[in-house]
Amino acid sequence: MNQRKLWDLLPRFTPILAVLLALLVGAVMLAILGTNPWEAYRALFIGAFGSTNALADTIVKATPLLFVGLGICIAFRGGVLNIGGEGQLVTGAIAATALALAIPTWPGWLIILVSLFAGMLAGAIWGGIAGLLKAHFNVNEILSTIMLNYIAVFGMNYLLRGPMMDPLQIKLGSFTPQTARLPRAADLPRLIPTRLHLGAAIAVVLAVAVYVLLWRTTIGFRIRTVGKNLRAALAAGIRTKRYMALSLVLAGAFAGLGGAVEVLGLHHRMFTDGSAFGFTGSAGFNGIVAALFGQLHPIGTIPASFFLGALLTGANKMQRVMQVPSALIGALNGLIVLLVVGSEIFRRRQMKHTDKLGSEQVSAADTKEEP
Amino acid sequence: MTWAMIVGILSSGIRLATPYLYASVGETIGQVSGVLNLGVDGVMLMGAYVAFFVALRTGNLSLGLIAAAGIGGVFGLIMAFISVTLKAEQGISGIGLYLFGLGLSTFLFGVTIRNVQTIDGFPNLAIPGLSRIPVIGEIFFQHNILVYVAFALVPIAWFVLNKTPFGLRVRAVGQNPEAADSLGVSVVRVRYMAVTIGGVLSGVAGASLSIALLNTFQQNLTNGMGFIAVALVYFGGWRPVLVLAGALLFSTVNALQIWLQVAGINVPSDVALMLPYIVTILVLAAMAKRRVNAPAALNKRFERGES
Repeated sequence: MNQRKLWDLLPRFTPILAVLLALLVGAVMLAILGTNPWEAYRALFIGAFGSTNALADTIVKATPLLFVGLGICIAFRGGVLNIGGEGQLVTGAIAATALALAIPTWPGWLIILVSLFAGMLAGAIWGGIAGLLKAHFNVNEILSTIMLNYIAVFGMNYLLRGPMMDPLQIKLGSFTPQTARLPRAADLPRLIPTRLHLGAAIAVVLAVAVYVLLWRTTIGFRIRTVGKNLRAALAAGIRTKRYMALSLVLAGAFAGLGGAVEVLGLHHRMFTDGSAFGFTGSAGFNGIVAALFGQLHPIGTIPASFFLGALLTGANKMQRVMQVPSALIGALNGLIVLLVVGSEIFRRRQMKHTDKLGSEQVSAADTKEEP
Repeated sequence: MTWAMIVGILSSGIRLATPYLYASVGETIGQVSGVLNLGVDGVMLMGAYVAFFVALRTGNLSLGLIAAAGIGGVFGLIMAFISVTLKAEQGISGIGLYLFGLGLSTFLFGVTIRNVQTIDGFPNLAIPGLSRIPVIGEIFFQHNILVYVAFALVPIAWFVLNKTPFGLRVRAVGQNPEAADSLGVSVVRVRYMAVTIGGVLSGVAGASLSIALLNTFQQNLTNGMGFIAVALVYFGGWRPVLVLAGALLFSTVNALQIWLQVAGINVPSDVALMLPYIVTILVLAAMAKRRVNAPAALNKRFERGES
């Protein structure tokens, strides 16, 4: 009896098992390459949690992952695979930067509000393009969001090397591709005297809002129905295409807001190294990892983002102290995704086992039972 | 624009098409069997790293190429295991595979090679006789061996997919796995083979970059070429010849854009860089309405006894 219950509970913990397994694989790789894995992971742990500053940096790193991850929760549950987090972050950040620079004399709180809204809107539009292409032209959203990522990055490079370049850079003749610093009044308030800014709190509040949206509103119910069983949704008269497009718009809005928060809270300007990575640090992809690790539940995505933020922050320390390339964590992130989606089969089997009616195709976008 | 420039652009268009061709022909075979492997870029990066590392250490390019094919095959097997055996959502598995390949290749590069180095890659091989033809010879017949093989792969893939029993099985499990299963075709085995072949070719695609075209390796060397390769498969409607056309269009536009930059013509290069991606979206949108050739079971998991 007890064993039975334990077995029932097991699938809930598969993401954690997946992470442990991934860390184990990482340890084996380190050992093969002649580094003491225990020492390396210790450096990583200290780098992520060892001081107030480290902890603050971990949360700062986790913030964009949570913004993107919340959008991914909506999109994946709505049955659309939004791979466009990178591009949506970038467009959101550009829009917020442009707005904040255009209205420097306004009161700070107003600049912040307007810029955040602009970032959210720009991200929503960028996601919405993919939504429109899917709804009206039947273009696979995976492909369109990937293409839109590149277009956003080239657009960013163009703007930062041209019209939006810091006038000071032009005057000095150094031509670093970055914008001017945003008005100081528009800096997001710091929560404690570290780099930790209000953005993290905004993200956590929004996680609750996404939970309410998905499970306590009709729109959320329809989004989930479309993702769970397209045929049933059609039969129920839901305009499925419209809701798929809406999922992409919302996913883009969250990522875009995340980009705006990165600018107002952390960097205070926009910059580029020519790739998306320079600005986003791959948050657009890692947000997907966070959402999956959080079982596509907005509340679960909070600790998941925090954990991944810790890995990424700690990895930098590990690189400095142990000369272990921080890219190891990138590889482990990929492994976590593979293990989490790979272990879905056990959950599906179990659902079939416990629920005779569960013969409907359960998509990977549907990893959590109804509350 | 002079003749020499046009010849130069077309010639580098042919050359630049090579990695796309290997990767997208491989992806075509996998997708025709019903498996969307979105992780091509990660597999290419692993292939590029391994080929470069082996070539650098042994001085043997062929050995590097074989190693790249091998690691590509291993990654193909991983993808097949996750998406066919464990029946995971293909799109997400592919993203996992991409992140894994990107992270692992960067990590291994940082541990084993550390700084950016170059090697002498596969030399150009002028085809006797044909390469002497003015213009044509220069455009088509003065490339390295991997370029020729990439183009030869297109008719081979067409033949295998459309004229052999294996190809028939690949198409069957991609169109109607239930029917194929009931006729005794092992859906699992055929998909494993198709996805692994795709992985091998993606590995070779990476090698074509690191030991034949660019002759170097660095973090994220492919810069998303693998994703373009996946898009080209849709672009070409799962037909190798049209995939080739898409790859050539993409690479030639790219070559043109590089030339514009070098020539200092006043088009903002970043705007020019966007062009191929915008064109790809537009073509996908234009084609989507009459997509009759799509493997019906693409991106769907197959389970016996369910339909």
